[in-house]
Amino acid sequence: MKIQFEDERPIFVQIAKQIEDGILAGAFPEETQIPSTTEISVNYKINPATALKGINLLVDGGIVYKKRGLGMFVSKGAVKVLDEKRKEEFYDNYIVRLAAEAKKLHISQGEIVSMIERGYDQ
Amino acid sequence: MSGIEVRNISKNFGNVQALKGVSVHFEENRIYGLLGRNGAGKSTLLNIITGRIFAAEGEVLIDGEAALENDRILGKIYMMSEKNYYPESMKVRDAFKWSKEFYPDFDLNYAKTLSEKFELNTAKKIKSLSTGYSSIFKMITALSTNARYILLDEPILGLDANHRDLFYKTLIEKYSGNPCTIIISTHLIEEAAGVIDHVVIIKNGEIITDESRDELISKGYTASGTASCVDSFTAGRNVLGTDSLGGLKTAYIMGELDKNNVPEGIEISKMDLQRLFIELTNA
Repeated sequence: MKIQFEDERPIFVQIAKQIEDGILAGAFPEETQIPSTTEISVNYKINPATALKGINLLVDGGIVYKKRGLGMFVSKGAVKVLDEKRKEEFYDNYIVRLAAEAKKLHISQGEIVSMIERGYDQ
Repeated sequence: MSGIEVRNISKNFGNVQALKGVSVHFEENRIYGLLGRNGAGKSTLLNIITGRIFAAEGEVLIDGEAALENDRILGKIYMMSEKNYYPESMKVRDAFKWSKEFYPDFDLNYAKTLSEKFELNTAKKIKSLSTGYSSIFKMITALSTNARYILLDEPILGLDANHRDLFYKTLIEKYSGNPCTIIISTHLIEEAAGVIDHVVIIKNGEIITDESRDELISKGYTASGTASCVDSFTAGRNVLGTDSLGGLKTAYIMGELDKNNVPEGIEISKMDLQRLFIELTNA
């Protein structure tokens, strides 16, 4: 896990994304605790305020919640929410671009579908 | 007003005007990056804040009070600099004890723990320390003082990559547990970029940038493509600098960008803090 400082996205967005990845990968199961702001900021060598901003993004999205005096926990149903969210992002990040590039190269819809099938079988 | 308020400070060294009417406010409990090229005036500014040298004009207020020759106020600040202010024949551990005389909140146990972490031999005399360990000794002292304002002038001078890594982790741990204002002046911008939340850039004795890291970074971008494409794209934009390679050109630009309105043939990418700094401070 690494933060890319030259990335398009601000650091706090990248932090949120990496925790989401951890939840999707099963590293942070639902109803378990995620690392604290201090742990995250020390690990990534980033400002604690930035780490907090990243976590707050997850709180706003209902992915994690605060247990008073204990820390931040993964919400019940977070995996399902993330799956849906990532599918939408997948459409925006990959399909839309793929279609645009395909049009540029005069690749038909049918050709794309068969390419995707070929890619899936690999 | 709390924090460090620098008001209209000017300073000359002979004919050289090192600072030209500098005003800046370092707020409480934030981590600042004070950046500038060699000779830009960073150390002069820090030395004036801590009363080590005197300004020709202007004043410095700490938590609303004039700092000049006010020991109670200056006790809130600790500055680590390249220069050594300890008696050279003093041993490291005695220097820690001595620091407690001036900074009553100095945490001797913490200094001991950090010395072990960094493998600093506290039985050694200060003058026998290598450049790297001299930095480590001064940095440990700075973090152990528990001063409200910690000024670090080139804190990682001579430190190897492992120790620099450990330094930033230690700094964040310390700051998380006990927030204070930290001003870091360094040339190794890439490594500090994640830690600082506010950037102050000095160029030729004047402050040219004073804003949050995220805001500053969000405004910088590069546009690359063929020279003619890039030239027509950059017309009317704030171009900081350009690089050319044959017919290809890259322009470093500051300002808002409408990502949905980028002409074909132009590739946009982000500038990191170091690149931005280089472009902003090039002559």
